[in-house]
Amino acid sequence: MAQYAVIIYEREGVEMPPEVMAAHEALGGRIVGAGGREVAGLALEPTSTATSIRNGVISDGPFIESKEAILGVFVIEARDLDHAIELAAMTPIVDGGVEVRPLLDFAVVDPPEDDS
Amino acid sequence: MAAAHREEWAAVLAATVRVTRDLDAAEEAVQEAYVQALRTWGRDGIPARPGAWLTTTARRQALNGLRRGRTQTAKLPLLLGPTEEAEVDTIDPDTIPDDRLRLVFTCCHPALAPEAQVALTLRLVCGVATPDVARALLVTETTMAARITRAKQKIAVARIPYAEPAPAERAARLDAVLTVVHLVHSTGHTAPSGPDLVRDDLAARALDLARMLHRLVPGEPEVAGLLALLLAHHARRATRTDAEGRIVRLADQDRTRWDRAVVAEVDRLVVAALEAGPPGRFTLQAAIAALHAQAPSYAGTDWAQVVVLYDRLRAVWPSPVVDLNRAVAVAEVDGPQVALALVDRLVADGDLARYPYLPATRADLLERLGRPAEAVEDHRRALALTDNAAEQEHLRRRIAALGG
Repeated sequence: MAQYAVIIYEREGVEMPPEVMAAHEALGGRIVGAGGREVAGLALEPTSTATSIRNGVISDGPFIESKEAILGVFVIEARDLDHAIELAAMTPIVDGGVEVRPLLDFAVVDPPEDDS
Repeated sequence: MAAAHREEWAAVLAATVRVTRDLDAAEEAVQEAYVQALRTWGRDGIPARPGAWLTTTARRQALNGLRRGRTQTAKLPLLLGPTEEAEVDTIDPDTIPDDRLRLVFTCCHPALAPEAQVALTLRLVCGVATPDVARALLVTETTMAARITRAKQKIAVARIPYAEPAPAERAARLDAVLTVVHLVHSTGHTAPSGPDLVRDDLAARALDLARMLHRLVPGEPEVAGLLALLLAHHARRATRTDAEGRIVRLADQDRTRWDRAVVAEVDRLVVAALEAGPPGRFTLQAAIAALHAQAPSYAGTDWAQVVVLYDRLRAVWPSPVVDLNRAVAVAEVDGPQVALALVDRLVADGDLARYPYLPATRADLLERLGRPAEAVEDHRRALALTDNAAEQEHLRRRIAALGG
């Protein structure tokens, strides 16, 4: 198994309806049901609370201004990219999408169980 | 040797990747096998089964490389069943499964950029050397080498599997493969720039790919459709330009020189694909090409049927380019005035603002409507949009003929 980060992007200021929040909570179970595992997860406060530091200068707001912002990141274990894409596509999204990135073999989270 | 390279490369490489589970190591082993073939076949004669010889040699080479521990990189996920796992290290060519589809699906994975899919397919499936891929796709050798390296790295690091897609993904993934083959062909068919209209080699490679796919998955109607489409162009290739390399329009081509045996094959493929169920975009395009190929003359073409097929194509594959081609057929059924209204709508939409065939078609219709001054203007617009020397020359001749 290999580890991938799934980075969740949503439109700035999007409201999370209760059914989307519930779907996020159920995601870990669905991933297990599809033969994967959710290893770690982070949910972020809106970018209106973000502070950026560039060349030592502190400023209000996200590092990159764009229509979509990173809302959270979670780490999954999957057999390969096709499997990771299948799992990542289960992420509940309101108005945005996800990016799948392989993790460097540099474990701050649980290492993969095996490398078959 | 050239034939063995062209015909066997994909199967030999595909079988070797199964051993190395690394594209670079497999490529190196296959290249070494061809070098050995060059040395020994000249001396001992060509073996009875060149493909089996090459596969065995390349896999032995790869196994030796593995034993020397030269490839410690991340292994490509193979997705094998337990019985297949035992076969990975086998050397008996008769028990090695045909892995060419795995190779094709890996090279045309949607997680790779389209230009990388085309480059990888030419390099890994067709075995075209990187400098030749660069030349064919009109980029520098350094750019192409970097593009191929980056794509291989993504395959390895992101673990794009060396596998055929899951059943649920198969239709979409096969369509992606066919899109790549079609792109290789259209790049070769009308070279976007450069002196020759047809870059024969790319078109021929695309035809090889389509034939290989059709042999591997004969039951897929869209594969048959794509093969038929490419063959329909192939049957007419001798007449698309004259002896001086100048463009000859479809209406003016010498139909007696079209390859009748190939046209018959097109017809068989199209009929079979149409009988297999609701036709997809390649089958419909092939059906249109087949109607042209079978018509006794331009005027004698079944244009009404061509329009019907374009309507169906538009339903499954909406695109302004399809609308433009349909307008050309409409001109033959309902006259140039009706067609001009359709073309003007496309001009207003603006989607084809950079597409030279839009003003070229409009110019043609205006010419037929007896409006030469406006036709010249549109010919000039088309001229400004094409980098292909043969097309530029054709447009200049048309302008000159109108006194422009």
